[in-house]
Amino acid sequence: MAISDIRISQPGRVLPFERVPSYYLLVGAILLFMPVFAGDFVLFQIFGWTFILGIIALSLMFLAGYGGMVSLAQMTIAGLAGYMVAIFGDSAIDKISQGWPWYIAIVLALIVAVLFATIVGWLAVRTTGIYTIMITLAIAAAFFYFTRQNYVIFNGFSGFNGVLPPRIFGIDWRGPQAFYYLTLFAALVAYSGVVYISRAPFGLALQGVRDNARRMAALGYNVTAHRVAAYAFSALLAGVGGILLTWQSAQISPGTAGIGPAIDILVIAVIGGLRHPIGPFIGAFIYVLLKTFAVDVLLYLGLRGERFQLLIGIGFLVIVFWSPDGILGLWQRFRDSRARDPLTGRSKDGAL
Amino acid sequence: MAAAVTILLWLLFSIWPNGLEDAVGSKKIFLNAFFNGVTLGGLYFLVASGFTLIFGLMRNVNLAHGSLYLLGGYVGYEFATLTGYWLLAFPAAFIVVAALGVLMQIFVFQRIEGQELRQTLVTIGISIVLADLLLWAWGGNFYSISPPSWLIGPLDTFFVTGISSSSGEYIYLKYPLVRIVIFLASVVVGIAMWLLLNRTRVGMIILAGVDDRDMLAATGVRIQLVFIGVFAFGAGLAGVAGVVGGTFQSIAPGEDVRFLLASLVVVIVGGMGSIPGAALGALLIGLAEQIGSVYFPTYAVVLTFVIMVVVLAFRPQGLMGRAA
Repeated sequence: MAISDIRISQPGRVLPFERVPSYYLLVGAILLFMPVFAGDFVLFQIFGWTFILGIIALSLMFLAGYGGMVSLAQMTIAGLAGYMVAIFGDSAIDKISQGWPWYIAIVLALIVAVLFATIVGWLAVRTTGIYTIMITLAIAAAFFYFTRQNYVIFNGFSGFNGVLPPRIFGIDWRGPQAFYYLTLFAALVAYSGVVYISRAPFGLALQGVRDNARRMAALGYNVTAHRVAAYAFSALLAGVGGILLTWQSAQISPGTAGIGPAIDILVIAVIGGLRHPIGPFIGAFIYVLLKTFAVDVLLYLGLRGERFQLLIGIGFLVIVFWSPDGILGLWQRFRDSRARDPLTGRSKDGAL
Repeated sequence: MAAAVTILLWLLFSIWPNGLEDAVGSKKIFLNAFFNGVTLGGLYFLVASGFTLIFGLMRNVNLAHGSLYLLGGYVGYEFATLTGYWLLAFPAAFIVVAALGVLMQIFVFQRIEGQELRQTLVTIGISIVLADLLLWAWGGNFYSISPPSWLIGPLDTFFVTGISSSSGEYIYLKYPLVRIVIFLASVVVGIAMWLLLNRTRVGMIILAGVDDRDMLAATGVRIQLVFIGVFAFGAGLAGVAGVVGGTFQSIAPGEDVRFLLASLVVVIVGGMGSIPGAALGALLIGLAEQIGSVYFPTYAVVLTFVIMVVVLAFRPQGLMGRAA
């Protein structure tokens, strides 16, 4: 706002630096220097987890916001990538884990995740709207039960433990500060990637497919291919999130990718808002705060700590019911009402 | 198709030759699995028919349907233990859960009508809240509703499991009476629903609403009342199914998700909004689950999802569904 005013008043050269909105720099600086003033718990547990869940929810936001496809299988894809890292890489389960170097394990994990998501997408795009939710929910459930029963590859109920990030440059990447920067970097790349793709030809065509699939088909776009490709790209994000999640807790088990977590990802994305890629991160931050501190707050208020799920449920219900666009939608409405002249009801800029 | 039915009938009624028994196990096991599957299918039909009816008319994927099932089970349990009459549990569960359905339709879904995604998200929220409230009220224990004494015990059926080696007489299959009664009741419910939908004025209104609700509203039908009625009926059916499930097996936290998933798969396989589809899908899924759990126990749960994926890949609208 302030920056754009300056640009209008000075029609001369604009430095690239100046075009970055001031709040971006502020948020960036805070995130960059967080380890200076935040403790280990906040870095590892709060922010690390926020970025990870944010990345997975971002993959859902990409599908739902730009593609119009709400998939509940994103956590499943994340879980699959986590499993693959445990299987191809190192874990405490020697007889299954292959112990291949990290750069092979990670690449293989992401490839498997993308392939799986392509199959899921191919199945899911045969249907639209709410059918997609149901089918992806069923796929998530199938994956959960399958991993729980399969001992040959997925080690059944107990899954894998001791899945640690590799030591590169002699740094323990699971240390609070290193892990914070690792997840921050991944989140940043994922965020910029989604922003970039949303403006690239593929992203624009995808949004066109979302708005009017028949018209896009008439224009010669392959609607199905765009949708399946969106699933494949979202799997890349979800896969990265899943690998980081596995490293953070050092284990992966069927419960990681169960039905509850799958719905949690949807809750996160919706609470934050599906309109803009920053939404999932806001949603994830709120979710992590709630999940970490709700029990204490409930106890403090004299209520029983177990009712935490109720709090999340009611919060989700309230936000979905009153603001379909989540927190971002509330913010947008607040800004609109601020910009509106209270007497005439018109926008202060003169435009409607 | 005809060949498959013939083979199935032969498997059910013939006395199995020794070679077959050696290959797949005794006929008694097969018959038991088959009947368990059929009766489980009856239960799935009760849950899924309400789900599919609500979806067909209102385009509302009620992901809180499993919670309604669970609530029905708990209410039925309380009533059955309080009054001592098992049969009373059914109307009680129906009324309580249907009333909740009416409230949900009036206060929630009417306000966000036509916004499918939002409705679905709201039902997820409701299911989270309901699940926790139920956990609060009834705790994490297993509850089992015991059927009355006249329903306990096995019934001699006319299916031959084999020939006694000592006396040379036919051995007949014994099967729990309560399961047979409940299955017959769900068949009756299904036929009654079909008659109601196809032979009465109210049913015709509902079917017309499934086809084109805007046009139906334009003819002067008070469609909001129809919506409330159908939602109440569908929810009530889920409640009744809860009592049935509580008698069959048991009710506990987590069963809501299980039955929500079961009805999802049943409805996807059978076809959205179709009652005969729900019946067919329920039968298929029930059979797959039970026969699967006998013959390949590790992946029995996965089998139902495989069926779903196969159906989706070749007939996305479901077996009995109409193309959108």
